[in-house]
Amino acid sequence: MKNMQSNETLALEVRDLKKYFPIKKGVTQHTVGHVRAVDGVSFSIPHGKTFGLVGESGCGKTTIGRTILRLIDPTEGSAIIDGVDVFKLKKKQLRKIRPKFQMIFQDPFSSLDPRMSVGAIIGEAVREHNIVPRSEHNAYILKVMKQCGLRSFQVDRYPHEFSGGQRQRICIARALALNPQLIIADEPVSALDVSIQAQVINLMKDLQEELGISYLFISHDLSVVEYISDYVGVMYLGSLVEMGSKKALFKEPLHPYTRALLSAVPVPNPEVKMNRIILEGDVPSPANPPSGCKFHTRCRQCMEVCKNFEPKENWVSEDHYVKCHLYDANIAETADAALDTKSE
Amino acid sequence: MRQFIIRRLLISIIVLLGVSMMLYALVRSMPSDYVTLATATNPKVTPEMKEELRKIYGLDKSIPEGYVNWLGSAVKGEFGVSLKFNRPVTQIISEYAPITFTVAFIALVLELLIAIPLGILAARKQYTKTDYIITTLVFIGISMPTFFFAALLKKWFGPAGLNWFPAYGLLQARVIYNGFSFAKLLDYAQHLVLPISMWVVTGVGSMLRYTRTNMLEVLNADYIRTARAKGVSEHNVVYSHGFRNTLITLVTLLGSSLPGLFSGAAITEGLFALEGLGNIALTASHQADVPYLMGFNMLLAVLTIIGYLISDILYAAVDPRVRLS
Repeated sequence: MKNMQSNETLALEVRDLKKYFPIKKGVTQHTVGHVRAVDGVSFSIPHGKTFGLVGESGCGKTTIGRTILRLIDPTEGSAIIDGVDVFKLKKKQLRKIRPKFQMIFQDPFSSLDPRMSVGAIIGEAVREHNIVPRSEHNAYILKVMKQCGLRSFQVDRYPHEFSGGQRQRICIARALALNPQLIIADEPVSALDVSIQAQVINLMKDLQEELGISYLFISHDLSVVEYISDYVGVMYLGSLVEMGSKKALFKEPLHPYTRALLSAVPVPNPEVKMNRIILEGDVPSPANPPSGCKFHTRCRQCMEVCKNFEPKENWVSEDHYVKCHLYDANIAETADAALDTKSE
Repeated sequence: MRQFIIRRLLISIIVLLGVSMMLYALVRSMPSDYVTLATATNPKVTPEMKEELRKIYGLDKSIPEGYVNWLGSAVKGEFGVSLKFNRPVTQIISEYAPITFTVAFIALVLELLIAIPLGILAARKQYTKTDYIITTLVFIGISMPTFFFAALLKKWFGPAGLNWFPAYGLLQARVIYNGFSFAKLLDYAQHLVLPISMWVVTGVGSMLRYTRTNMLEVLNADYIRTARAKGVSEHNVVYSHGFRNTLITLVTLLGSSLPGLFSGAAITEGLFALEGLGNIALTASHQADVPYLMGFNMLLAVLTIIGYLISDILYAAVDPRVRLS
């Protein structure tokens, strides 16, 4: 991860993504400030791997997903898919490459057009993008449905006739039908029952093994993320505070925020005494984020330096970094350097 | 489906009974009856003569008794003779309904042709100049008083102004047409331009705003976002996902506009001196013409019920979630 792999092995590379939403006020609706929903986020996903993005609600996870999909326009940064920066594309060009990166949304009830049959939902974009020859169209849809565990007689049914889990399968089939190299899954299972969650997650995993798709898996549920991800990024208030391979991050969480999050994951064993780290206070407003380390207002290990200086990425191993002064070996130098740049 | 229609028709009978009861009670409860109004200017009429007249017209009976009598003949399809016009009610309605219907139908079609595309455009370009211009223009149409606007139209385009269109009536008074001819049709058309335009301008606004609001709601739905993200062309996003779902709500509006096609618009008809059902109904209610008012309003009640039945059936046709059973 640190040693940037060449572009060809990456399904997605996001560099310094920023999305600021203007706050408009008054009669003239002039901009009085910005909500920094995403504030300089970089990560990459190798082909066939899953990158899990976790964080509490409002931290900007969903905004990242939607910005990469260009459902909302980014303020700054780049997102490279197949050597193309999707942020620089015009609408027409963008539409052409859309099959390469697809999405699954959180709510399987509202994200399907109620007036379209399952076959039409899955087939619509397949037809528009000429994924398969016209004559094979119907057979192709049935094939994709079968892959996702849907039965062929369901092709003429409408979304309201399905349960939540089945609807999410439709959403997956819909995305899959376009042969994407990347699927952005925004909380794909959080609207489902736990038993159904497992089915859908397993389906996603199987499809990944079979087809080599990459996932950007956005979720607030750490157990689900741990199960499906190869790499995990932890977000707080619009920034990644820690990122690493799943193994490294779950085995040895470094950032105080990550530790607090992990301590909150329920353990299915009543004998185990939970030692939860309770975070105090609320998440600060992203319109007016705290100075220095954004987490310092709620951090138990907050030091003086945290209040004024933003921590840099500290690589603790080949594939694991944390943005926290606690792990900065040269903390004094960092502070001095920061002071210098400030006084200049 | 068939069971649904039969059940609805059976319910309709009960509804119509209730409606007719209320209508009759209301019409008979007017402060003065036809006899008083018709004889008001004649000092020679004595109270005895008035009583005699009331007996002839059947106005001496109590409301329940009168209602039962009316119902008895209405069931047989006899709606009586209009007191004011002295002709059978059904004859008057069938004579004037075609013109009222034609005017209203043309106006409705034009309204739809204007309101739907512009409503969609305004929704797509929400909060842009296009949207503001469209909504402001139709708002002027909604808020303009009909009589004032009619006066403006007549002044600008009528004989007093550009003299493009006649200001009153349906046909030129000095021309006699034998049977049907193209010239007669043209004459009709010329006379109807101003009333229809007024109808459209004052009526298009509510339909346009309705389209715009519903379209906006649909365009902000999650499945529209899905459609965009899966790379469906903008045209298909707007029409095959957006408008098709808006259509579901528009259909209801269309069903409920069925009675409006026959009720006419009393004020518009009056302003342009068109002999239509609306204008006649206005005269009839001024004169407390019980048989005509009952017959006409019952027609509207029946049309309303049919209109809603049609829109329910259409609803099932356009929305797969609705099943009639």
